[in-house]
Amino acid sequence: MSGRDSIRMEKVCYSVGGRTILENFDFCLERGVNRTILGVSGVGKTTILKLLLGLLHPDSGRVSIGDLCITGLPEAHFRERRKRIAIVFQGGALFDSMTVGENVGYRLFEAGQLAEAEIERIVLEKLSFVGVEQAVNLYPAELSGGMRKRVAIARALAADPDYIFFDEPTTGLDPIGVYNICSLMQRLQAEGKTTLMVTHDLTTAFATSKRFTFLHRARMVFDGTEVEMRDSAIPEVREFLTPTKDSLFVGKLPMLGSDRNG
Amino acid sequence: MNIAVIDRIMLRFFAGLQDFFSLAARTFVRIFRRPYYYREFAVQFDKLGFSSLFICMLTGLFTGMVMALQALIQLKPFAATSYVGGMVAVTMIKELGPVLASLMVAGRVGSAITAELGTMVVTEQVDAMRVEGTDIVQRLVAPRVKAMLLALPLLTVVADAISLLGGYIMSAGYGINPTMYVKGIPQFMVFQDLIEGVVKPTFFGLLIAVTGCYVGLNTRGGAEGVGNSAKQAVVLSSVLILMSDFFLTKIFVTFRG
Repeated sequence: MSGRDSIRMEKVCYSVGGRTILENFDFCLERGVNRTILGVSGVGKTTILKLLLGLLHPDSGRVSIGDLCITGLPEAHFRERRKRIAIVFQGGALFDSMTVGENVGYRLFEAGQLAEAEIERIVLEKLSFVGVEQAVNLYPAELSGGMRKRVAIARALAADPDYIFFDEPTTGLDPIGVYNICSLMQRLQAEGKTTLMVTHDLTTAFATSKRFTFLHRARMVFDGTEVEMRDSAIPEVREFLTPTKDSLFVGKLPMLGSDRNG
Repeated sequence: MNIAVIDRIMLRFFAGLQDFFSLAARTFVRIFRRPYYYREFAVQFDKLGFSSLFICMLTGLFTGMVMALQALIQLKPFAATSYVGGMVAVTMIKELGPVLASLMVAGRVGSAITAELGTMVVTEQVDAMRVEGTDIVQRLVAPRVKAMLLALPLLTVVADAISLLGGYIMSAGYGINPTMYVKGIPQFMVFQDLIEGVVKPTFFGLLIAVTGCYVGLNTRGGAEGVGNSAKQAVVLSSVLILMSDFFLTKIFVTFRG
């Protein structure tokens, strides 16, 4: 796989207010390989997505989109390159002053290259793909949590990106909602989109990804397939896959201890 | 307090100052650059400007009335009540009109800008816009600054006019006729005073909008963070208005010679 068809992080360190979030973190998302980053809540999974998108800047190390290193670059210099990537934020991040239709067509309206009728056609096509075309004239405040996530997916699809990032896409959804989101992700993958998801939900992860990265205390402690993960002898991975009552003791998991760093 | 703490505070202060001026400079450049976001500008002009009209009129009316009342009390022993129109005009147009209208707008609009942008930040809408390829300064900051640059001088002119009317209402009670009231105005004012009365609110409008946007876009945390930012924006822009009013006045006095 050439560097042009990947998004990568090399030896990235990132900290906030003296708290280390990532330390010498290496990661590569290759085109066509759907991945999931796993880890307990607060370990820094969303931070990885934001670093890959250039929304945050690492303290040290390199982040590259294709063959362009975006570390230290002004946003205007990689804005075009970043348009190959879309993200579905955890809460949807729909623009609440716009209707669902305007949200989905936002990038197309901004580009100003297509006629309004054509944009409306694309918007309806994407909304029907995710099954919420009836909500086109509603505002985000009028939608349920599941519908918001589906509209967010439609918005991500509108500009036909190569990569789609999902930030905890199934958190807070009922089992039917989880099933719908997983099905949507599988359909996207079948259409050739590369997905990168961060989650702590194993069911969703194993249903939608081929490779898994496990993050623990600012470091990647595992990277491999589902089978390799299930067979892993790494204590943190085993504990994450099959938590015991000991896992609840203060200090065992990074979130619960006083030395939390992820 | 040891030296390291002072060092950290100073570093944070100057970094913040640098970011503030950087945002102001980037906004200035983008005001003249396409796309202009006319619709957003119109929405903001209505939200920030037109909706503040009533509160500015009230401020102007009662300030004009109280100014005239105080002036009449002072002038009456000298039989100089005919100068009341000029005194109200010079005080309101040069100083109180711009400052009071700006403070009212800072309280009402500065906090609204900050709360709106702050909420967009904490709900990741700003990040979503950036990923969609939008220049945040061009899309969110420039239209608000343009709206304020146009709205605040207009609001100040309205507040000034209403204050003169308020002043006359009070003066009428002391037997001053409209001609006498109006004739007193040019005796106290020159054309440069009118310029001063428009330049000041334009500058204050810039301060309010840039401060509101800067604090809003740097909001951290959830609902509490948004509340803190709104409070911070109002305090900061009010202090900046009062401080810059002194320096602007000094500059105008210097140019007058």
